[in-house]
Amino acid sequence: MQYKTNKLSSVIEWGTLLSTTLIVCFFLIVIIWEIVSKGASSLSWEFISKVPSEGMTKGGILTPIIGTVLLTLITALFAIPFGVCCAIYLNEYAENNWLTRTIRAAIRNLSGVPSIIYGLFGLALFVQALQFGTSLIAAGLTLGLLSLPYIITTTEEALKRIPNSTREAALAVGATKFETIKDVVLPSAMSGILTGVVLTLSRAAGETAPILFTGAAFYINGSTGYINQEFMALPYHLYMLSTQHQSIDQVRPIAYGTALVLVIVVFLLNLTAFYIRYKYRKNEN
Amino acid sequence: MKTKLSAENLNISFGDKQVLKNINVSFAEKEITALIGPSGCGKSTLLRSFNRMHDLSPDAHINGILRLEDLDLYAKNVPVTEIRKRIGMVFQKANPFPKSIYENIAYGLKINNLPHDKEVIQKALEEAYLWDEVKNDLKMPATRLSGGQQQRLCIARAVALRPEVILMDEPCSALDPVSTLKIEELIKHLKKKYTIVIVTHNMQQAQRIADKTVFMYLGEVKEEGITSDIFNHPKNEMTSNYINGHFG
Repeated sequence: MQYKTNKLSSVIEWGTLLSTTLIVCFFLIVIIWEIVSKGASSLSWEFISKVPSEGMTKGGILTPIIGTVLLTLITALFAIPFGVCCAIYLNEYAENNWLTRTIRAAIRNLSGVPSIIYGLFGLALFVQALQFGTSLIAAGLTLGLLSLPYIITTTEEALKRIPNSTREAALAVGATKFETIKDVVLPSAMSGILTGVVLTLSRAAGETAPILFTGAAFYINGSTGYINQEFMALPYHLYMLSTQHQSIDQVRPIAYGTALVLVIVVFLLNLTAFYIRYKYRKNEN
Repeated sequence: MKTKLSAENLNISFGDKQVLKNINVSFAEKEITALIGPSGCGKSTLLRSFNRMHDLSPDAHINGILRLEDLDLYAKNVPVTEIRKRIGMVFQKANPFPKSIYENIAYGLKINNLPHDKEVIQKALEEAYLWDEVKNDLKMPATRLSGGQQQRLCIARAVALRPEVILMDEPCSALDPVSTLKIEELIKHLKKKYTIVIVTHNMQQAQRIADKTVFMYLGEVKEEGITSDIFNHPKNEMTSNYINGHFG
């Protein structure tokens, strides 16, 4: 009998895996360092509480912050109920036939469609056909469409993890199918569903392409937050400051500050997802 | 003895596979009947047909007449929730709801619009020999109980609805010997009020608790009768081989 005694090969295997991990971490750290080191100096209370002024060379980024928050809210209000209900239908009610399989494949494929295509679709449907104009609602709905496949997929995965014995327990005491889902299945799957929802929304909040044609404005002077009007958003503001502004060098610190705020917002949303999962895990055990 | 539950000419198939073949069997009121037989012989399928658990499988085809006393269990005008209220079930693996101990009992009562005050909950837990162990932790998540306690909680949950029949699908197969004995004691005690049908792989368990025993093999009932007769004087050679451990 021959034993595998080749120590060298196991060291190489281990070393290869470790070094790829380190390389990935290295780039991640460089990106974060670049943004933090160049953006931290412009970060202040004024920066996030003042509106942009003097051709966006001075002032803060309150207008795009408000825009992004409202945009994400509209996205959530549209995508969560539709996405969760759709996933419940697919996982709990739909029979496993060709129609269901086609729907499911279509949803999976939709999550791979480039976001700019969603932007064009939103322009055609919400802005023009439904006459919403370039507005907060049109952009929010477009981002909602973009988020739907992710929410459906993650919710369905969360529902799949609930064992059938849990459903049988409720049915066996005389619960209807709907009561079983509402009272037992959904609460059990809640941590998985919420995690998927928050991660999807944090991705949507950072999207630029879908809002480009549907409502994001270069600059808004004065009051903002009207659902039927254009708005400023953090990712688009960043894009614009970095490439489109007439005095790019002058606004560079503001651009990095905006990037940092965007990263922090996304990080906070991810932290929320982490916390939700932690809290539910604790309750379950 | 009055017949409580019965199946007449019952055939069940899943897709192309016929699992139960022309079953004729009846269970007497306030008795314990054990269903024994090798894995895959259709005991669980038979058990689950009485509270219509196969309704969940779209490819299940059920032919024959199942009755709770005179009630046709598969009649179109009988609500399935009503049947499951009258025929309770305890599963192989304890499956408490991911809720508190108290809520585990209260839930079934609530959805059936039955009173669910503390006395009712206490009575159900007492009946399942669990009250003394949990009376100070009613708010605790049920999943923190031990396996045996969880299974007794599931029995309490079934009992709380005051069913007429309790179906048990190998309720002790995941439990240690001490918990198993406790549950067997409990089952014998429940016989005073309820008709019990229990699927078991454990020959000793069948002999310890069952009044009647039904031996099934490859989807058919091969022999049925008083437990001591089945185990001491089996008429069918197959039964004899099975209970003596020649296969299974």
